[in-house]
Amino acid sequence: MASNVQTGEKPITIREALSAALREEMLRDERVFLMGEEIGVWGGTYAVTRGFYDEFGPKRVRDTPISEMVIAGAAVGAAMAGLRPVAELMTINFAFVAFDAIVNHMAKVRYMFNGQFKVPMVIRTTTGGGKQLGATHSHSPEAVFAHFPGLYVAVPGTAYDAKGMLKAAIRDDNPVMFVEHSTMLQRRSAVPDDPDFVLPIGKSDIKREGRDVTIVTYSKGLEWSLAAADILAKDGIEAEIVDLRWLRPLDMETVFQSFKKTNRCVVVEESLPMFSVGSEVAAQLQDKMFDYMDAPVKRVNALDQPLPYASEIEMMALPDANKVVAAVKEVL
Amino acid sequence: MAGLNKTTLLDWYRQMVLIRRFEEKCAELYQQGKIGGFLHLYIGQEATGVGSVAALRPQDHAITAYRDHGLALARGLDPKAIMAEMLGKRTGVSGGKGGSMHLASRELNFWGGYGIVGGHLPLAAGIALKAKYNEEDEVVLCYMGDGATNIGYFHESLNLSAVWDLPVIWLVENNGYGMGTAVDRASGQVELHKRAVGYGMKDGGRVDGMDVIAVYEAISDAARYASKNGPVLMESMTYRFQGHSMGDPERYRSKEEVQRYAAGDPIGKFRQTLVEKYKDVAGELDKIEDAVVATVAEAVEYAENSPAPTYEDLVAHVYAD
Ligand SMILES: Cc1ncc(C[n+]2csc(CCOP(=O)(O)OP(=O)(O)O)c2C)c(N)n1
Ligand SMILES: [Mg+2]
Repeated sequence: MASNVQTGEKPITIREALSAALREEMLRDERVFLMGEEIGVWGGTYAVTRGFYDEFGPKRVRDTPISEMVIAGAAVGAAMAGLRPVAELMTINFAFVAFDAIVNHMAKVRYMFNGQFKVPMVIRTTTGGGKQLGATHSHSPEAVFAHFPGLYVAVPGTAYDAKGMLKAAIRDDNPVMFVEHSTMLQRRSAVPDDPDFVLPIGKSDIKREGRDVTIVTYSKGLEWSLAAADILAKDGIEAEIVDLRWLRPLDMETVFQSFKKTNRCVVVEESLPMFSVGSEVAAQLQDKMFDYMDAPVKRVNALDQPLPYASEIEMMALPDANKVVAAVKEVL
Repeated sequence: MAGLNKTTLLDWYRQMVLIRRFEEKCAELYQQGKIGGFLHLYIGQEATGVGSVAALRPQDHAITAYRDHGLALARGLDPKAIMAEMLGKRTGVSGGKGGSMHLASRELNFWGGYGIVGGHLPLAAGIALKAKYNEEDEVVLCYMGDGATNIGYFHESLNLSAVWDLPVIWLVENNGYGMGTAVDRASGQVELHKRAVGYGMKDGGRVDGMDVIAVYEAISDAARYASKNGPVLMESMTYRFQGHSMGDPERYRSKEEVQRYAAGDPIGKFRQTLVEKYKDVAGELDKIEDAVVATVAEAVEYAENSPAPTYEDLVAHVYAD
């Protein structure tokens, strides 16, 4: 076996969790195959599929030309026809090139032909800034994809979630945008090695319990929020952290339950502020939870502008734990 | 015409006349406001549609753009259910949710009409990949307009099909225009089939798209090639007698040009061929035409009497359960 993955009791990285999920699903179901740029011979831009080409061969680990439109679109056709493609877009920055295939066909062929087709496919891609890659390579636009009914959008923030959610995405009959954070792949947590460990689609998770404020977040935002909660705890402030895990379906029920207890909310995400997850959560809270509101909903986002190269100013533009702490203090 | 018997040829004639009468009726219903949205007629291109679909086996696949009524009829979708779709009824092929541009039948391997120019080309590659992956002997016939050859999807899809040796026939229905833009105003290489060279795939050449038998033979050859060796790019030279869609003022072409092509009407030409080949066939052809008129009338009646979709239909099938 060429796979470099070992799951078990000891904590594994998000990269290993993703790799294990892919490998287990490929072993379980012949119809599951991978396609994308540099996933095979190279071993994956982020090494998630290292060893797969040797283990599964070129039929099931399909290197593609640099052709995002046809990567997404051919996956749609293959899925409609009965295969279960897991396509990879090297980073979410290149998903814009495939936007039409994703929005018009991946999301809509089922509906517009009245349910004649299923589209059991996953597009895996990486998101996030903070790597000095400049304006074109530092986007976090996952909320853009969550705009469209017909798609599911997964945004895991731990190895445990990454594995269980990716397996769920591959097994589901609906198309999923599976968005991994490129700077979190080395983060570790304990992950079950049961090959049937699958997490439910569209279910958020309370990552920390608290009574004073609800922090709603996902992906990299989880890290900033957990760090902020530790800082706040020193001042006796107990933050409850709701990790959305999925932007669509969006599990607002868990947010509402938490909010009924805390009456205060801060939304933390790496994406731009306008038309963001924060905008949506705030809108739903004022609509459904008005009577429980003790303070305005605050949003912690990237600065509303492109990201630069120089590290000092790139980090100024991105959220961090201190910004989360400051926002929480504003709503208390 | 080797191997083509009279029954087959008369059936093709029936299909071509059916497409013509069906669409003339659609134009009428559009004027009356009973069909909404866009309506792109196939009139003039019937020989390309009928001849090419006739070359497919049941296990083969067809996929096209929004100018899809003719191909749907040729592939055997029920005229009643197509007309019901036109009228936005829940008995339509797409439940009244697709409309004229989005006809499909999973059962008949007719993978749909698509409204985004070129958007279905990668889907065709994916369907062909399924066949190859499962080692099934199936060919995908992917239709597109001349205009679609200039969108990025064309490049990426054709290249991938060549790299992966996918069993696809890329068939350009060259009707001279993409909306109002003539081919030589949009394409550097105006012989569109020649782009095959750039992808290292077989150049299937040009066929007279107004001659149903020639189209059948050319696509049959291409299908045999594609199922064994990989993709083919070819071009069917045709012409649309009507505007791009309903309400096109047709400022980009002259009446004389349209009349010149109309003189070579594929249905009239085919009728002539049949009359020359089979003595006394004229009466049979007339009977076919009458039967087609009745079929279209039945389709309209069925569609008009069908119920509109409901709220439950509106919200169904956004996701698979
Ligand atoms: C991506 C995209 N751009 C523009 C349009 C608008 N449009 C619809 S049909 C068409 C012309 C296409 O011409 P061609 O491919 O030759 O097909 P034909 O209509 O002649 O059958 C255009 C520009 C569209 N539907 N999709
Ligand atoms: Mg055209």
